[in-house]
Amino acid sequence: MTQPTEELSIIGKSLIKPDAFSKVSGQTKFADDLALPRMIYGRLLRSPHPHARILHVDTARAKAHPGVLAVLSGDDLPIKFGILPVSQDEEALAGEKVRYVGDPIAAVAATDEWVADEALDLIDVQFQPLPALMSIEEAINSEGEPIHAKGNVHKTVALEFGDTDEAMRAAAHVREDTVFFEGNTHLPMEQHAALAQVAADGKLTLWTSSQTPHYVHRALGKVLEMPMSRIRVIATPNGGGFGGKSDIFSHELVAAKLALVTGRPVKITLTREEVFYAHRGRHPVLMKVKTGFLKDGRITAMQFQSFLDGGGYGSYGVASTYYTGALQATTYAIPRYRFEGVRLFTNKPPCGPKRGHGTPQPRFALETHLDKVAEELGIDPVELRRRNLPKADSRTVNWLRITSIGLGECINKVVEGSGFLTRRTSMPKGRGLGFAVSSYLSGAGTAIYWNEMPHSEVQLKLDRNGGVSLLCGAIDIGQGSDHILAAIVAEVLGVSLQDIQLTTADTDLTPIDLGSYSSRVTFMAGNAAKAAAEKVRDRLFAVAAKALQCDADDLIARDHRIARRGRPADGMDFAQAVQLAEAQGGGVTGTGSYTPPKLAGPYKGSGVGPSPAYSYSAAVVEVDCDRKTGEVRVPEVWIAHDIGRSINPMLVVGQVEGSVYMALGEALMEEQAFRLGLHKFPSLLEYKSPTALETPIMHTYLVETIDREGPFGAKEAGQGPLLPVIPAVANAIYNALGVRIDEVPITPEKVLKAMHDKTKRVGPKSVPAFEFPPLIKADVPDEWKGK
Amino acid sequence: MSIPERVAVRLRVNGEEAALMVPPYKTLLEVLREDMGLTGTKHGCELGECSTCGVLVDGKPYLSCLSMPLDLEGREILTVEGMSADGRSHPLQIAFAELGAAQCGYCTPAMLLTAKALLDTDPHPSRDAIMEALAGVLCRCTGYLKIFEAVELAASRDGITAR
Amino acid sequence: MLRLPRLRYLRPRSVAEASEMAASNPGSMFIAGGTDLVPNLKRRQFDVSTLISLNALPNGTAVVGDAKRGLEIRAGATLDELAPHPALDGPYRALAQACGLVSTPQVRVMGTLGGNLLVDPRCNYYNQTYSWRKAVGFCMKKDGQICLVARSSPRCWAVSSSDSAPVAVALNAQVTLHGVEGTRTIPAASLYKDDGIDYTTKRRDEVITAMHLPAVSGRMTSAYWKLRRRPSFDFPILGVAIAITWDEGVVRHARGALGAVGSHPVDITPYLAPLTGARPGEDLIVGVAEAADKPSRPLDNTDLSHYWRKRMTKVYIERALREACGLPPLEGRLSAQVKAGAS
Ligand SMILES: Cc1cc2nc3c(=O)[nH]c(=O)nc-3n(C[C@H](O)[C@H](O)[C@H](O)COP(=O)(O)OP(=O)(O)OC[C@H]3O[C@@H](n4cnc5c(N)ncnc54)[C@H](O)[C@@H]3O)c2cc1C
Ligand code: SF4
Ligand code: FES
Ligand code: FES
Repeated sequence: MTQPTEELSIIGKSLIKPDAFSKVSGQTKFADDLALPRMIYGRLLRSPHPHARILHVDTARAKAHPGVLAVLSGDDLPIKFGILPVSQDEEALAGEKVRYVGDPIAAVAATDEWVADEALDLIDVQFQPLPALMSIEEAINSEGEPIHAKGNVHKTVALEFGDTDEAMRAAAHVREDTVFFEGNTHLPMEQHAALAQVAADGKLTLWTSSQTPHYVHRALGKVLEMPMSRIRVIATPNGGGFGGKSDIFSHELVAAKLALVTGRPVKITLTREEVFYAHRGRHPVLMKVKTGFLKDGRITAMQFQSFLDGGGYGSYGVASTYYTGALQATTYAIPRYRFEGVRLFTNKPPCGPKRGHGTPQPRFALETHLDKVAEELGIDPVELRRRNLPKADSRTVNWLRITSIGLGECINKVVEGSGFLTRRTSMPKGRGLGFAVSSYLSGAGTAIYWNEMPHSEVQLKLDRNGGVSLLCGAIDIGQGSDHILAAIVAEVLGVSLQDIQLTTADTDLTPIDLGSYSSRVTFMAGNAAKAAAEKVRDRLFAVAAKALQCDADDLIARDHRIARRGRPADGMDFAQAVQLAEAQGGGVTGTGSYTPPKLAGPYKGSGVGPSPAYSYSAAVVEVDCDRKTGEVRVPEVWIAHDIGRSINPMLVVGQVEGSVYMALGEALMEEQAFRLGLHKFPSLLEYKSPTALETPIMHTYLVETIDREGPFGAKEAGQGPLLPVIPAVANAIYNALGVRIDEVPITPEKVLKAMHDKTKRVGPKSVPAFEFPPLIKADVPDEWKGK
Repeated sequence: MSIPERVAVRLRVNGEEAALMVPPYKTLLEVLREDMGLTGTKHGCELGECSTCGVLVDGKPYLSCLSMPLDLEGREILTVEGMSADGRSHPLQIAFAELGAAQCGYCTPAMLLTAKALLDTDPHPSRDAIMEALAGVLCRCTGYLKIFEAVELAASRDGITAR
Repeated sequence: MLRLPRLRYLRPRSVAEASEMAASNPGSMFIAGGTDLVPNLKRRQFDVSTLISLNALPNGTAVVGDAKRGLEIRAGATLDELAPHPALDGPYRALAQACGLVSTPQVRVMGTLGGNLLVDPRCNYYNQTYSWRKAVGFCMKKDGQICLVARSSPRCWAVSSSDSAPVAVALNAQVTLHGVEGTRTIPAASLYKDDGIDYTTKRRDEVITAMHLPAVSGRMTSAYWKLRRRPSFDFPILGVAIAITWDEGVVRHARGALGAVGSHPVDITPYLAPLTGARPGEDLIVGVAEAADKPSRPLDNTDLSHYWRKRMTKVYIERALREACGLPPLEGRLSAQVKAGAS
């Protein structure tokens, strides 16, 4: 049952989040802020070669160095691991081969970091360098030793829903585009850190700045060959994550091993350079999109190809590959759809999930493509989108179930707010407006490890004074998940936020939550919190109803009271109700959990893409270009986001603004560039990320659709709003200068080059020759049959 | 001459004198965090490229990762731990909390101190002046807008200097 | 955490003591604000066992004098003192602009003019950590034999990346150096050598104590334009400094220098000669700018491509000249030059 908005006292209000004061006072303890008595420091020796066989590692000199307590190499941690069960291809310390500059080979623990660094220089490694494969093309065409034994092709996908060729032939207009999205990285301000301690009884505790403590827990058990019950993982608040801390990292496993070996607490904090090597960021993706249209602009079919440059290891790459093809059809009603994707191994730091995981790249391809089509068809770009909107409560051709959809309203908001349609044709010189839309998941509908168990659980314990202790495995990475959990429980129980005491992300204390990734916490942990709170509330209502001699259905919990609806005097204090319940039946506790509905379609590979609900966004971006230099500035952005319901509008707006910021960085400057096999500039100075001075005026509109499955109707906000901004920038540049930059980031040199080129375009010309496997021809849902 | 392992340094941090014995090559950032337990001062690069390590020295924003403690004897060092007084938060801290200007909170100590340095010299700054003053502190979470708004909110309230 | 190498930290109380300490400690360097040196040391770009701090030297006034008599600026003056300084508001404005465009407010609070003049020439094969440089193969500037930018080159092409250096050259400034052998005052231009490693004529024991800006007779205007990716943090990838003296609207003499397109500030004064005797209009400025980019030879060792930077040289010379000549700025709002953001 969804409560009417007017009955809500906490949900929907811009309240101060529970961890705000600890953050503004500097009291929040991030992983590197922790220190333990007798703590020593660990450091990793990393590969200087992009691709090489390790012939020999000699640690003798390092071990003999005064102040060194332990030195590890590949032999000490031989068991492979990986975030996905299908990609167990990483070693904590490489044994036989290194696959990118920065791949860890050995580790030392020493009394301080000076000694540790000196010891690293004393480890002798003999390599046999192999040719480095630094691009998609090189990985495909290489005839030398592949990066992994099975070859350089990590994953292929080939799916077709209905006969796209036939539909293409029947189309009145067909267009094909080839675009490239360069890789970029999360760049959280906090560098990853982990601290490991072994207690006298042998139990291991690891504090780590991780978005996914549960998966780190699993990997520790596997790699260290210890029962998980002998390991405790505590995720510390993340100083920014954006997906970059949702994998399992060498330094986490190594810190634990070093603590086991030395018996001392061991801390490893990555340097900024090492954070660039840890990476798992945005995949570089080369894409080809071909779409057929009716004269009126309605899509008849789409064929999409993506080539992902995966870096040295699997990471989340299998999922990333599917994601480059999954959400095209949640944004537009596409009757026939084909997706072919391939992820290649290359000798770069491994790519993985970054804000929008696998979807900003195809979004860029699709939205710039539609902008071009709109012009060719003589339909304005807004109208073209409107004609292709999917419907609420529908299934897409690739079987994704859409519940609520507020995209139409999002479009209206930004188009009206910006005056897009009228202003676009009369912009001053060098100025332009661009438009784009998108959709995103509210949590992946299937877990990384397939099982029947819940994805999120929340436990509540009430004390006799009415305090509520809330335990959940979710970790706050700045997105405000602590607030979401507390707000939902406080709302249901009618208490205030201050009454909720949170304990999160501690595998000894908190029940499972799969992690702060995939925009899943508000939706899934939020639903679990709601379920737990409702259980507790029902118990309190039962005892209160008896005492008040009324029907439990007649009660409401509000303002620290449980009272009869409309008759607040006729009730009891919340604490009194807890005491009564405890007296009658013992401790008042409750557990709630959330398992997403089974949504996968009837085809292989249908596990990636389904989500219990999709968020929608639309954006208009204004650009101001310098026609002599090619520099692009963004003075103003209009963005609307279908949030389902805002649990806390201030936090939602914060997520939207942060997404816009990150998108502008990706659109205009951020990139992982490589030279001579190395990351060209692994530093905060040379990896360009926007400063306060580049902040545009932002107009944020929240659209509420009250999703029937979200907690109080909420959907995600952390990732979706990033998506439309990048293509909107590119479209705006076209509006301003008449040039197409089909390649991200859009640097001044590319803009200038396009302006002076007769094609008025910069971008890839073709995709490499690659033989995809035969298409898996999936059935289409009934509603698409015959369309 | 050999390199001394430790030298005596007297620092005045958050209004209190501290007599320390530290390696002369440790920067203020390391001394604050490792020798004084003041971990409210964060770090993101240790190279002057992010200002996450920002503190105030005699009221001006300094990078603790590039500052040498021996040169700071006799100067007034303020870290985020010293922003609240008598158990009361600084108006900037309150405004940051109220407006959600701290998301992950990692850049927040430096943002707060830099904003304080601004408000102490320009109690009612324009948006441009705020952007200019905060241009040296990188934030990856907020997109900066909430931070600007929080500085404006704090500036609009009375008693800034009283606290 | 990146840390400094183990070293001694000395704090002389006088310039003479500082010079003596430098002379008697072979592996020593001076440190002022430390904003250039400390990051470089953390990346192990120098072998240093002793730092000699200039921060305990007696503190004088930052700036004395005026345009009529000429200015003397203390080398230890910080960039944030100089950027808004009223004495730099008129003819010498380019220097205030350059100081105000350096990096971030934090770096400007800490960084000094002396240190800024002596920024170690930069290169993105060199301003990297020890382990990165080891992985790529050390270059001749530190620990290696060859230049990675121009492999057959016998010399290092690291880029002069100071904002104040080209301005000092354009303004015809002089610099006073104090060493164990005495004090000397030299033109700013001759402080520099066209070499990425051995980039200064300053001797090891010499402390820069002051910069002098010559007296101005009549009217002088100056301007500094800086190209960089972001309006904060970034070093120049091109700097254009222009100074023009006027006789009743007619150019008496125009001086100019380019930053960040070579290993030293590149003097373009000869290319500005066509301005002399003219009342420069748009066309003349465009013509002069077209030719004056000749000595700009950017290489592929900074942010963005050297082709683009070369192309931008003309554009920026034109823009700096327009400003110095009092012409309105051209269309386009340069993100890097115009500082405060939203319009
Ligand atoms: C992120 C970042 C961005 C930067 N961006 C810019 C930029 O945009 N433009 C720019 O110009 N600089 C930039 N810098 C470099 C530097 O911050 C400034 O140049 C600053 O002015 C240097 O002054 P300092 O006092 O800190 O010098 P220090 O680091 O103390 O010294 C620099 C060099 O000068 C020598 N030295 C200093 N003072 C004297 C003296 N009086 N006599 C003799 N030798 C002396 C030192 O021995 C050392 O070799 C940047 C630095 C960082 C970390
Ligand atoms: S220019 Fe050549 S020698 Fe000089 S620092 Fe760069 S790579 Fe090294
Ligand atoms: S830690 Fe980045 S500037 Fe000090
Ligand atoms: S709040 Fe996370 S970096 Fe600013």
